[in-house]
Amino acid sequence: MIPAAFGYVRPGTVDEALRALADGGEDAKVLAGGQSLIPVMRLRLAAPSMVVDLTRVTELRGVRDDGDALAIGAMTTHSDVISDPLIREFAPLIAQATETVADRQVRHRGTFGGALAHADPAGDLPAVALALDAEFVLAGPGGRRTVPARDFFVDYLTTALAEDELLVEVRIPKLAGSWGMHYEKFNRVAQAWSIVAVAAAVRRENGHIAEARIGLTNMGPTPLRATATEQALAGADAGEAAIAEAARHAAEGTAPSDDLNARADYRAHLAEVLTRRAVTAAVGL
Amino acid sequence: MTQISVRVDGASYTDEVEPRTLLVHYLREQLGKVGTVVGCDTSNCGACTVHLDGEAVKSCTVLAVQAAGSEVTTIEGIAQNGSLHPMQKAFHELHGLQCGYCTPGMIMASIDLVGDNPDPSEHEVREGIEGNLCRCTGYQNIVRAVQQAAAEMRGAQA
Repeated sequence: MIPAAFGYVRPGTVDEALRALADGGEDAKVLAGGQSLIPVMRLRLAAPSMVVDLTRVTELRGVRDDGDALAIGAMTTHSDVISDPLIREFAPLIAQATETVADRQVRHRGTFGGALAHADPAGDLPAVALALDAEFVLAGPGGRRTVPARDFFVDYLTTALAEDELLVEVRIPKLAGSWGMHYEKFNRVAQAWSIVAVAAAVRRENGHIAEARIGLTNMGPTPLRATATEQALAGADAGEAAIAEAARHAAEGTAPSDDLNARADYRAHLAEVLTRRAVTAAVGL
Repeated sequence: MTQISVRVDGASYTDEVEPRTLLVHYLREQLGKVGTVVGCDTSNCGACTVHLDGEAVKSCTVLAVQAAGSEVTTIEGIAQNGSLHPMQKAFHELHGLQCGYCTPGMIMASIDLVGDNPDPSEHEVREGIEGNLCRCTGYQNIVRAVQQAAAEMRGAQA
């Protein structure tokens, strides 16, 4: 299939991109890596009148050390994220989850910001961003604003981005203390989307779990935190029994879908099992 | 229509394309580079894999206009002076194909993989070509071919 006809602009700066977006009106669409948008346009599930291609906006690429946070440019490709030394050092969870996204070819084109702005509930990076308390820097005609991850993901494929706004940067707070991280993903075949996945970051202190942050992929229309499990883990013994007990609460408050890949009750079961595995690995057992 | 200038397999081209033209269709229908095939048309199978500025991409999931100013290498551009690329030679010698439809994409993806990892294990090869589907071979001889080519390519660099 071939996409419906559209107009195309390839701005070189964020300001040019914002003007192009404003000029394009409500049918304009931002093209980041294109690895979700182009397939959807080929199927004619999307038919924007204007495509604003960010590929040449070089100021949006790369990872910066910004003091107490990492600042990841929205157009940093998955491949570049995986090989970035700052991410390896401060947020290995992001690299580990990104390695499971699609395949090499897609990771060469697909971008960190594009995956987050697309906000597919089966995508791997939204739950990771939520678990790490990421902050989203959005640029619009009136300037920039920062939105915390818990407010960025609004609904199925829907974020806090307004039609005339761009996601320019994602800030990942550096975690202080001794943190372990792990991403546990369940899918059935190579390059497939997650049926359920769990992103865990755990801080250990004197043989106990001082703090746990757990993001759930595909347990509802948006990524979710496993709040009840996080509470059960705070102060718990860093052992298998306590982790298994806390993981039993992983699906509480979630709303997983029933679809061709899995039933909702099976997804709830997966959330528990994968949370147990993810936390166990993050703790280092 | 939009005018693009692009280098493909070492030659320069300037053409008018519609923004909605996919790179694979530009390569096949405007340039006649039919060595690159369309398999699934859904970004899954990898048969259309080419190198864009040195990185493997699925050319059904890139717009031709996005290649403007870039360098594209297809399966037709990797032989040197009439000699097969080591990856082509290894697929031939080890029977890394049956029907051959996935082969152009397999070879382009594998060259990209070996560029990043000159000595991949069997597991790393299987992971590295997860974006390419073969419905004939069961992958066994493809994996062997990639490892043999990697060894030859390492030797050539030494």
